[in-house]
Amino acid sequence: MAKLELKYGNHACAEAAIIAGCRFYAGYPITPSSEIAEKMAELLPKHGGVFIQMEDEIAAMGAVVGGSFAGLKSMTATSGPGFSLKQENLGYAFMVEAPCVIVNVQRGGPSTGLPTQPGQQEIMQSLWGTHGDKLIPVFYPGNVQEIMEETIRAFNWAERLRTPVVLLLDEVLGHMRETVDMAQFTPDKVEIWNRKMPDVPPEEYLPYKPGEDDVPAIAPYGTPGYRGHATGLHHDYTGFPTTDPEMCQELIDRLIRKVKNRQPELEKNEEYKLDDAEIAIVTFGTTARAAKTAVDLAREKGIKAGLLRVITIWPSPEETLNKLAKSVKAILVPELNMGQYVFEVERCARGEAPVYRLNRANGKIIYPHEILAKIEEIAKGGK
Amino acid sequence: MSTPNIPMEKIVEKKPYFKYLRLNKMPTIWCPGCGIGQAFRATCMALDELGIPNDKVAMVSGIGCSSRTPGYFDGFTLHTTHGRAPTFATGLKLARPELTTIVFTGDGDALAIGGNHFIHAARRNIDITVVLINNWIYGMTGGQVSPTTPTGSYATTTPYGNYEPQFDVAKLAIAAGATYVARGTAYHAMELKKLIMDGIKHKGFSLIEVLSPCTIVYGRKNRMSIEEMYFWFKENTIPVKAWEKLPEEKRAGKIPRGVLYHDDSRPEYTELYWQKVKELSGGEK
Repeated sequence: MAKLELKYGNHACAEAAIIAGCRFYAGYPITPSSEIAEKMAELLPKHGGVFIQMEDEIAAMGAVVGGSFAGLKSMTATSGPGFSLKQENLGYAFMVEAPCVIVNVQRGGPSTGLPTQPGQQEIMQSLWGTHGDKLIPVFYPGNVQEIMEETIRAFNWAERLRTPVVLLLDEVLGHMRETVDMAQFTPDKVEIWNRKMPDVPPEEYLPYKPGEDDVPAIAPYGTPGYRGHATGLHHDYTGFPTTDPEMCQELIDRLIRKVKNRQPELEKNEEYKLDDAEIAIVTFGTTARAAKTAVDLAREKGIKAGLLRVITIWPSPEETLNKLAKSVKAILVPELNMGQYVFEVERCARGEAPVYRLNRANGKIIYPHEILAKIEEIAKGGK
Repeated sequence: MSTPNIPMEKIVEKKPYFKYLRLNKMPTIWCPGCGIGQAFRATCMALDELGIPNDKVAMVSGIGCSSRTPGYFDGFTLHTTHGRAPTFATGLKLARPELTTIVFTGDGDALAIGGNHFIHAARRNIDITVVLINNWIYGMTGGQVSPTTPTGSYATTTPYGNYEPQFDVAKLAIAAGATYVARGTAYHAMELKKLIMDGIKHKGFSLIEVLSPCTIVYGRKNRMSIEEMYFWFKENTIPVKAWEKLPEEKRAGKIPRGVLYHDDSRPEYTELYWQKVKELSGGEK
């Protein structure tokens, strides 16, 4: 039986984190994500977990890695400027393979931008924001029920792959109240994954020796006998720095491969009226909600429109996008930025269909009638 | 190491603190004459005297010469990002309060790029022992001026002499809320061991500032030899008890060493936190 509750987006994220097993949160106040920290401050001590408000965003990300290395499922949440500050230690988390979840409730940027209004301007930064190469899973839900599902999925993949996972929300989603069916989140319904533990005796333990899945089994710090070293420098199986070119290349290859090889399992999209679509919209989050209505409006006018709502933003659904491009006459990518994911859609389309854009960065959402107008323009052969 | 044919057990029998060393990762990256090794040895000896097993120690560091120490320490070790060691250590200590948590850092790491983290860890009075190697210079990057470079000294980025004032690390830590603050030098090795030992024993945030010679970089830029630098510490630092008795006019140019501040009355952060959790959750973890 359904158990319906009206939930605030940011609170749903916090509650789902607890369900996923999160027992460590370090954060710093920033609009529009602060309600996640406030909820965690209330919930975590009651669940025997750690909550701490740190002195800045960088510190929050550092503490999260410390909590993660101690064996606790760890998380932080932030927004635009805070996400920029977190990049340094996010890169560190990727390099030392610290499982953790970083929520970015996107607001308008660049710089301080529009703190109380939505944006989708960290689509690229979520993958490329750190220096050096990186591939991490990035999820972007589209409603409050899905915020809960994707938060749990983010923790699960973080633990399984020993990687940071970025969960993108936006101001609209974070500050939206919607009905959630809590019956879907009882312990018997929710699948929880935990990080693997070493299966060798202490004397054979090499913290950074990967398993067949490319993931190393690093023991939580404090586990008797399983002492180890972690560094942001290129390192060997012992975790100690190395400049051996083969070892260094193997490390970076593996860090990227362990996520890339899981792309088919990580992929998650919602397809809406795509079967016979001639014009496909590709978008995510809040903009996808407007796009869905626009598809219906277009169909009322006799235009065969459809929507591919991407939920796993990175690694991108390369093949799905390519197939989509082959099956439609045109693709439209509306997003609350000056054109970011459209580059990825163009890359994956490989010229099979023209890709159009609809962009905005003024704090206002894109409305259904605006997407509709663009669809009509494309249908008429204009752009 | 110069002891390739002696089995480890034999070494540990004679020098029990060797059990904390990852001998297979040596030689260290430190230059001849560097004082970091003295501080590292003092830390290992302190841990040994306190009887804390390897499995109960976490060592966290940032970036720089001193921050390479955890690599040679056989415990749970994290070599993190520049200046951020106290943040990782805070997370680790909160999640694993049973671990003796030591941060190894330097003057640039802790006081310039990491100044904010340093003072806030002190303010919380979290039970972390910070061993801060103060060698007045950025050594690893080749000798740039640091927040503790003496006014008038030379560095690669102060070719005409440093015209900025020095940070007083100990005063900063005391003002920020640290509850154990001590100063030692790489010259006074056994005294340093005692200071670090008391810092580890102290429940709360401890800072041990270690005046340490950077002979290769600072020494070269300021025309001081290894011997001159070690003797400088001998001549210019005095035990804090003697320093306190000195009239104001005779204190100029002298640096007090020893325990500069010790307060056991303030509650420790992780204890406060977990006490609250116990009340709220009935001890579930």
